[in-house]
Amino acid sequence: MVTTPQLAAAPTKDDPVEPVVVFDHVSIGFEGKQVLEDISLTVSPGETRILLGPAGSGKSVLLKLTNGLMRPDSGTITVFGEPIDTMPEEQLFKLRGRIGMVFQEGALFDSLTVRDNVGYRMMEQKVPEAEVTERATEALRFVELEQTLEKYPSQLSGGMRRRVAIARAIVNRPDLILYDSPTGGLDPITSTTIIELVMKQRDVYHTSSLLVTHRLQDAFTLATHSFDRALNHMVPNPDGHLDPETNFLVLHDGHMIFDGSTHDLVHSDDPFLKEYLS
Amino acid sequence: MPIESLESVAKKSVAAVQDYAILTGRAIGNIFQRPRYLTDFIVQADSIGIGSVPIVLLTGFFTGGVLALQSASSLAQFGATAITGELVSLSMIKELGPVLTSLMVSGRNASGMASELGSMMVTEQIDAMRALGTDPMKKLVTPRLFATVFMLFFLTILSDTVGTIGGAVISILWLGQDGSQYFHTAYQSLRFPDILQGLVKPIFFGFIIASVGCYYGMTTRGGTQGVGRSTTQAVVVSSVLIIMIDLVISQFMIGIFGR
Repeated sequence: MVTTPQLAAAPTKDDPVEPVVVFDHVSIGFEGKQVLEDISLTVSPGETRILLGPAGSGKSVLLKLTNGLMRPDSGTITVFGEPIDTMPEEQLFKLRGRIGMVFQEGALFDSLTVRDNVGYRMMEQKVPEAEVTERATEALRFVELEQTLEKYPSQLSGGMRRRVAIARAIVNRPDLILYDSPTGGLDPITSTTIIELVMKQRDVYHTSSLLVTHRLQDAFTLATHSFDRALNHMVPNPDGHLDPETNFLVLHDGHMIFDGSTHDLVHSDDPFLKEYLS
Repeated sequence: MPIESLESVAKKSVAAVQDYAILTGRAIGNIFQRPRYLTDFIVQADSIGIGSVPIVLLTGFFTGGVLALQSASSLAQFGATAITGELVSLSMIKELGPVLTSLMVSGRNASGMASELGSMMVTEQIDAMRALGTDPMKKLVTPRLFATVFMLFFLTILSDTVGTIGGAVISILWLGQDGSQYFHTAYQSLRFPDILQGLVKPIFFGFIIASVGCYYGMTTRGGTQGVGRSTTQAVVVSSVLIIMIDLVISQFMIGIFGR
């Protein structure tokens, strides 16, 4: 069993009560089609927000808006207290230093080794090579893939690529992590491994996160389990206790139809939610 | 597939020109901003320049050769085969060297840029790069643009030289002309405006190849099919633009220098 590496969470520079992410009446559309309409949400420090919804409901667009990779047509988006919807790209590059993002298919640079992928940001910042290797190895140890340092993404399986993507997202000790369908297209066993890593990041480092998924099983595993550092794997919460820091958002046809706790979600009377959860 | 209205097509065309102008403007402006990716520039210069040397040498040599063959055949009717060297060198340096080299480099590199950047777009690697704090315009587009302009200039000189030699080989070995006369007329006929015209063109053509290749790459949508579409469009558009701009530059230079 691999031991947990010493990835210390960066001290937050924010007021603990100030939300990490705030969407205020955000809308966006493409080629005449409205993808997100009047979306408002918040992500608090240390909170894990699970974004559910059918395919094509705008989940990935919402994540890209959070990272400033897209700009809304209307409304405001605030990340770490800074309005990013009007922020120049140059300033966004600096802000993104505090945000880690795991893309849907990993989005690893296929011409770079795993070490260069994980250490990409540090290499761009001209960090000494030895330190890049050390920190990349440390992050890869977190996802239990330190043996793949010199391999290329094409030499890895789908699940391993996703784990490398997680290592790349956490290597700079971000204050916010955005997961875009981290288990999409993976088999159930590999999916559980990925969810365990997400949980480990949540419970060990208490990093705020926004996680997109359409796999209800993964979402509820996150809500009903926690990571045991002594055992180094996830365990069910005692007495069916729900994780208070894990909450849900549900998107449908570009509208936010649910924003609340796990308990509220499973007891909702909304006909769509009942059908979606059944 | 639904047929698009004229209004929609016009709007898309105007938007594409606008996007292209923004991309090229930013790519040029980036040279005055940090960080500058010198290593990427050298890698691209090697790939675009050194990698294109074999096709440029072959194209230049055989074009010069066929030019000598055709010219000598036509000039023989007027008893003027002695000026074959002049015709080959003027045609190669003013026109065929820059245009053919650019078309060959366009076929090789505009397509390469469009497919490479296009693949990165559809697999979200460009978004990942932005998410990791790197400006893809600075890292990917600017080095390609300047490397192409820089290397195409020298590739054209190489093509001109090899083309003139190719003409000489055919004239001397095949047509039995006098070598000294060939090189004498080839050299003596050249004037400053001819050389200038031949060296100004690759600067514009290099800019067209890289900017069009990068534009189509960076605007790729629709998976692997989209990558294929972008690659084809990049080669077609850059080739047509090279020939169009060649006419404009030629007319402009003739207007100024009278030849």
